[in-house]
Order: sequence, then structure tokens, then C-alpha cells
Amino acid sequence: MSRDAASWYESTARARIGDLLDDGAFTEFLPPGERATSPHLALFDLPEAFDDGIVVGRGRLDGRDVFVAAQEGRFMGGAFGEVHGAKLVGLLRAAFEIRPAAVLILFDTGGVRLQEANAGETAIAEIMRAICEARIAGVPVIGVVGGRAGAFGGGGLIAGTCSGLVATEQGRIGVSGPEVIETNHGVEEFDARDRALVWRTTGGKHRALTGGADAFAEDAAAELRSAALGLMDAAAPFDAGTLRAEHDRLAGRLERFGSAQDAPEIWRDLGVTEDVPALDTAEFGAVLDRIGGRHGAR
Amino acid sequence: MERLSYGHDTDAPLGGDRADAIHGVVASGNLEVLMERVLPAGRCEVEIATPLSGYEEVWAAVVSDFVERVQPGGVRVSINDGGAQPDTVMLRLLQAARLMEGGR
Repeated sequence: MSRDAASWYESTARARIGDLLDDGAFTEFLPPGERATSPHLALFDLPEAFDDGIVVGRGRLDGRDVFVAAQEGRFMGGAFGEVHGAKLVGLLRAAFEIRPAAVLILFDTGGVRLQEANAGETAIAEIMRAICEARIAGVPVIGVVGGRAGAFGGGGLIAGTCSGLVATEQGRIGVSGPEVIETNHGVEEFDARDRALVWRTTGGKHRALTGGADAFAEDAAAELRSAALGLMDAAAPFDAGTLRAEHDRLAGRLERFGSAQDAPEIWRDLGVTEDVPALDTAEFGAVLDRIGGRHGAR
Repeated sequence: MERLSYGHDTDAPLGGDRADAIHGVVASGNLEVLMERVLPAGRCEVEIATPLSGYEEVWAAVVSDFVERVQPGGVRVSINDGGAQPDTVMLRLLQAARLMEGGR
């Protein structure tokens, strides 16, 4: 299989970077040989990863200088620990100084790593601040959501601060994940084992329809590459006007859809009569265009 | 966490000129293998961190099979194990060695 067609969902963090960026252009910061591993996992007798589950570095995307961070969703659910978070904070702060054409965050995370929760929560706050500072400096921060773990918990919050998000059908975005909602509110509120429910409420199509993701792409590296490039060019200036417009959009969305019981109600209200889960990428793209779903807010 | 360490003399250095390579992910039933060309050409050392204790003989057998088959002289191998089966361990070792030799 060519790297352009490689499934993002099935891939690893390192392979995704190789498939996304221009050939041979990637330089890793804190590579595995540096052994920047978690200082906490050994206390719990848990295995470490040499990169603490995130690969950060610098490369080129269509010839443009970009910084990139890729989370490994298969190592501890891609969760943010102290070192994992610090690597992303450092990358974003370096972007503020060096001003690359963009920072790309390839999300694949369930949120904060519970074994190092305080450090992880702190990292989430520092990352959101660093994203805002990079955006104020004119560096777009683009999120790609298409991995097994999605972008949940603190990862969902970070995704919400990006200049733009591209999601695949498999990519899910949220704060409380399905199992957390079920645990706290009961199976009648949300059945985490109902995969159709999980995907139609947190998946990429629903997020694209309701403005939770700015672009929708097929589960293939080439499609995500061109979507990310499009979002880099479309990034709005990060100023009071943009924020006010985004707050107004979110308030309007809550008012319009806040009482809906399930996603299809919202789709019908948006004038989407098609069977959304059955649509292929081209058909779904036509629906997005028809309802003006490519809103470009934030 | 059990930490195991093995050293072998080899007949030849590992081919290729890549300084280091990593392959695999620390996930259930999987492992990551980091290879670094930092030792004398006729020497290979393997360090393993595994959450499962009691499998020292199996690890020793897999490592000595790998060294005999590949002759990875000059290479330090570091493994973070997630509870992989011996065949998966051998596969990842061979894949990492292939990367060191210049393959993809």
C-alpha cells in the first residue's frame, strides 16, 4: 500500500508523521535514545516508553516549515503524563519563538494519565496557554483527529483551543468519554457499549456537522495532509473579534440544539435528511457544503 | 518490573550505517525495541524491562536465537515490553535490525 493511502486509524504515531510530512524532512526533538521517560510509571510497576507516548519534532509539509506532535494512542491510551505533556508544551513554546508555518497536533488520547494526574492536568493547562500564545504570534495550530483513542478528556479541551481541526469518520472528539458518562450518569443516559451511539454523538461526521471540527477527511494520510494544509491557510487571526464570533456561534448552537435527545434530531434540524452514517466522504462533503457546515469559526 | 540483561559476542557487525532505530509500541501483547550502534563491532548487549516476571529462560532463548541469526554486532538493544509473546519479540527484533540495515 502506498503511504498516501495508509489508514491513519490503524497506523502508529511514528508512521503517521512519516506518511504526513515530506520525505526525509523530519527531525525529532528528544528522540527515544534520550530516554525522556516517565518518572512516575515505575512507582506503579508499569512499563515505560522511550518517548513517553508522544513524538515531537520539526519537518516540512508541502515544502513549508512545520512543527508536529504525534500521540501514540496504543501506549496507555495516548494519555498525557508529565513528560508527555512537557514535550508538547516545549514544542508550542518553541513555535512561539521560531514561528514555523504551523504546529500540527496529531491527537490520539483518552486524556490525562491517571497515574500522574496532577502533572498531567497541569500540562493540559500549560498546553492550552501555549497554543493561545502561538496563535497570537500568528502560528496556526492545527489538530488532526483520526486515531483509535480519539481526543478525549484534556485532549478534547486542547482540541477546542486549536485554530482548526480536521477529523475522520473514526476520529472522535469529546471531554467526558462514553464510559465516563455511563459511569457517572447511568446506562440509561449513555450506553458506552452501543458503538453506533458513540460514533453518531462523538464521531467526526457529527462534529463536522455541528462545527466541532472544521474539516472532514477520509481515513488516509494524503487526505489528512491536504485538509491540514487547507486549514493552515484558512486560520483566522486570533483576536477579540474571532473569539466573540466563536462565543456567539457556540451560544447559538446550545440554544438551538440544547434540548435534543440524540444526534439525528440535530441533523434533521440542520436540514440533513440523508442517512448520515451511510454517506461516503464525497457525499458527506456535499451535505456539508449544502448546509454551510464548513464554517471556519474560532 | 523485571529487568533482564544479556551480553553476546558476535562474528560480524550489523550491516548498514543507521545510528539508531526504534520499532513497535508498548501496548498489551506488544513491545518497543530500540537499537543503538554504540558498542564495539563484535559485541551485542540486550536490556529488557518487562512487567511479567518468571520468563527469564524464554527471554534468554529468544535473545540468543536472534543474535545467532542476525549477528547484530555493535548494537545495544533496549526493550520495553508490554507482555509480548516470544514470536512477537523475535519479529520486532528482526524488524528493528532491518531498519538499522537501511530497510523500511
